Amino acid sequence: MEVEMLIRDFIVENFLFGNVDVPLGDEDSFLQKGFIDSTGILEVVSFIEEKFGIKVEDDDLLPENLDSIRRLADFVVRKRSLAA
Amino acid sequence: MCGIAGIFSPGQPPPSETLLRRMLYLLRHRGPDEFGIFLAPSIGLAHARLSIIDLSTGQQPMGNEDGSLRIVFNGEIFNYIELREDLVARGHRFRTRSDTEVILHLYEEKGAGAVDELNGQFAFAIWDAGRQELFLARDRMGIRPLFYARAGNDWVFGSEIKAIFAHPGASRKIDPIALDDIFTFWFPLSPRTAFEGIAEVPPAHTLTIDARGMKEPRRYWALPLETDPAGAHDDTYYADGLRDLMVDATRLQLRADVPVGAYLSGGLDSSVIASLARHYTPNPLRTFSIRFEDREFDEGAKQKIMTEYLGTEHREITCGYAEIAKAFPQVIWHAETPVVRVAPVPMFLLSRLVRDSSYKVVLTGEGADEILAGYDLFKEAKVRRFMEASPNSALRSRLLLRLYPYLRMSPTRSLEYAKAFFGATIKPFSPQFHSHASRWNMTSMNKNFFSPSLRAEIASSTAADRVALLFGDPAWANRIDPLTLSQEIEIKTLLPGYLLSSQGDRMLMGNSVEGRFPFLDHRVVEFSFRIPPHIRMKGLTEKYILRKSMSGLLPKEIMKMEKQPYRAPDARCFFDNGAGDVADAMLSTDSIARKGYFDPIYTERLVAKCRGNPNIGFKDNMAFISILSTQLLDQLYLRDFPAREEIPAERVRISG
Repeated sequence: MEVEMLIRDFIVENFLFGNVDVPLGDEDSFLQKGFIDSTGILEVVSFIEEKFGIKVEDDDLLPENLDSIRRLADFVVRKRSLAA
Repeated sequence: MCGIAGIFSPGQPPPSETLLRRMLYLLRHRGPDEFGIFLAPSIGLAHARLSIIDLSTGQQPMGNEDGSLRIVFNGEIFNYIELREDLVARGHRFRTRSDTEVILHLYEEKGAGAVDELNGQFAFAIWDAGRQELFLARDRMGIRPLFYARAGNDWVFGSEIKAIFAHPGASRKIDPIALDDIFTFWFPLSPRTAFEGIAEVPPAHTLTIDARGMKEPRRYWALPLETDPAGAHDDTYYADGLRDLMVDATRLQLRADVPVGAYLSGGLDSSVIASLARHYTPNPLRTFSIRFEDREFDEGAKQKIMTEYLGTEHREITCGYAEIAKAFPQVIWHAETPVVRVAPVPMFLLSRLVRDSSYKVVLTGEGADEILAGYDLFKEAKVRRFMEASPNSALRSRLLLRLYPYLRMSPTRSLEYAKAFFGATIKPFSPQFHSHASRWNMTSMNKNFFSPSLRAEIASSTAADRVALLFGDPAWANRIDPLTLSQEIEIKTLLPGYLLSSQGDRMLMGNSVEGRFPFLDHRVVEFSFRIPPHIRMKGLTEKYILRKSMSGLLPKEIMKMEKQPYRAPDARCFFDNGAGDVADAMLSTDSIARKGYFDPIYTERLVAKCRGNPNIGFKDNMAFISILSTQLLDQLYLRDFPAREEIPAERVRISG
């Protein structure tokens, strides 16, 4: 699905610097796998806010929402449907 | 303090004097005051001297009375006065008042066992003419450096690797496995260095070399891992004991024939040292501090509390981004290894301030966090065990916020994030490295920048296997409590491998300044490890016993302060007003491709990201600095190396 693709592209581009040889599963935890450190989460938040026109609230800052490609995509879809 | 070097050519005529003068040239920052060379069949020793004790007669290389032994020595033996009295009582006759001569006489009597008697920070080489044997020794904690290598049929040693590279038989190549280590642990695991074929004498080891070759290095001291049983003594006993020992260590380390200053970071540890020096010794105290233009990193307010409290004569230097970028190549030249952060640079600028103030010796608080359990890493390990015992407890989760007040400042303030962090996998490291695995795994991610050819060169072994090998039989880990275990790992790895070297000795000596470390007096270390772990870190109060021991000797604000890790701005230094000319040259796609360690395309994207965003995360900062410093190391050592410069003959005292 499109949202998931866009997010994957961003993660690969921005945190793996385009290195597609690094195995990155849709369900892999960014934190546990070490792709993104705690300081890097900010970049992910700015990206989804800009790219998908959503507002990430403080209460949304949970690994359930942000800590894998799948979770991010589901979160974005949920947020958009709420806004609609 | 000094620089030492030498060449052992078994069965050959004396080595070339010119070659030894070249080695001295490369070490001249360590000892700009006097130069000496000793030459005899099979052996050449060289010494660059920074005069601190016995200014008039302490010249080296120094011989014993019958000339059968010859020593070059870098460092200080703090108990030399007491040792000398014993030796005189046993009939030894001294010609100088130096600590160097004490080692010689002690060696005459005890051979390799002499090191057991020494309280100090030292690296030395003794040529034993009778046995035709070269003896090398290094202090217990790894404060003073000593490296060696085989170069053709010769053995070469030096305080720094660059001296060894003066020898035409020594090849200069960055060790791919060392890069794999650095991109895991932040430094090469001992005895490996950043350069292939060059090893260090490990801390607390001696080694001997004769015509048949090198004997297995001998470890003469180990961290005592047996703590006192809980309840054997109360907190006050340990606090008083620690203070008494620290007072004595500080007093001994103030022994010098030149004035001694102290660093003040604004943190607890350096404040302890400055306070002890002020309260328990007659020395007038001069203190030195680093400040940052970037307020995120500046500790000026806390430093001021201390200088006003102590009433010291104080000097400070303020670092901006551009200065850090400008000094970086020099720092890599002195460090002789890639580094993962720019944190050594301000330390280099600080020692320059000390030198410009005509001081040669400073006391620092280094080592307290390791021996008295000050780092967050130790707290994390404690919390992790606590969480694992009851993963879903809300109360336990709340502890995480206590541990990481700064988590509140970022999106990761969520407990769930903290839990995810604490649940991070230990693999591929074995379970005894529980406390360190998340740091090592995070650092390892940056190996994604390695080029295919570098990957091929490191495929033969893994960092996880190498660190397991360094610590030997994993059964050791089950015999000690988890806090002591994580401290032991830290003391055997990061302390000597990075803090005392790249961020310590090399940054101090780069400006001809000697650092002294009262917390690393081995009596203090041994005492600290006796303190039962639940008192060493009480709850999550780090360095509890140290705080208690200093009651009444420090201002309240300093006493209560939580540990603030020492940090400096990283990648952003190189993108400030064109400060990054060096970085631009070193990180161009062409330069990356030519040197061959890293993937040019991924690196280009990293650089672009850092350039466009001053607030990149910790991991990307680390990637940027690691890659830049590797490129610089290659340039400085493999391409632009000044192998043929020498100290002129008229400045060198030759003996033989």
